[in-house]
Amino acid sequence: MSFQVSQSGGITLVEVEGQLIVGNRQELKQKVLEHLEGGERKFVIDFSDTGYIDSSGLGVLVSLSKKIREQGGELRLSSLNEDLRTLFELTKLDTLFRIADTKEEALEGF
Amino acid sequence: MIHSDHPDETLSGMENEIVLELPTDVRSIEHAVEYVMRRCNACARQGHRLHLNFRVGLTEALANAMLYGNGHDPSKRVRVEIVVANGEIKARVTDQGVGFDPAAVPDPTTPENLLNPGGRGLFLMRQLLDEVSFNDQGNQVTLVLRLDPGPSVLEGGAPA
Repeated sequence: MSFQVSQSGGITLVEVEGQLIVGNRQELKQKVLEHLEGGERKFVIDFSDTGYIDSSGLGVLVSLSKKIREQGGELRLSSLNEDLRTLFELTKLDTLFRIADTKEEALEGF
Repeated sequence: MIHSDHPDETLSGMENEIVLELPTDVRSIEHAVEYVMRRCNACARQGHRLHLNFRVGLTEALANAMLYGNGHDPSKRVRVEIVVANGEIKARVTDQGVGFDPAAVPDPTTPENLLNPGGRGLFLMRQLLDEVSFNDQGNQVTLVLRLDPGPSVLEGGAPA
């Protein structure tokens, strides 16, 4: 997994490439927390190029969402493929996150 | 890292049984799961249910074995046995931990548990596989996915 971080209109966009799984989830968590501690509050994580997120990856997203909310911010997600949507629906995490079809949609509505 | 009788065998060979011994290293999980999927002929023919359901179930079983079963202890190992027979694919994952009580794992989808970072691995296995069972000690999980077309959670066939 690798990820690109960019800023757009006060929003931090993180684009994940590859799989977000138990072996690499801490890298993403650390990167987002650095930006949160740096004062940023609006985050979008985009999964256009992500094949799979395991339960540990889902757990990291939940944990990040909680920490960002505690600081008065919000974490939104975008571009989940069909398999990823299935995992979010099964675990009911689709009720916890605002999920946009595209990163553009996520950024526009923030 | 991986022990097998035919390590170079690829999709072209018929594969009914695969046995792997993995170190307790979560970075090995992705590679091990890809290896199983690549070597399993039945996997290649089964399409989406194998690609998502079996892959996710096996990944979660390996992660649980390493994180909770073996407690991250790099001196402990995880044994994986895959058998394709009688119209089903069966994965047995055994760790060297003391075991756990699967009945004690709470439902991660209830409102009070939804914000918990953990607890979704076993839930996903139960949702995505046709059978999930444990030995009495609780250090071995057996996953079964029936290969003939049947009701699937992904097709809306089973309750949540």
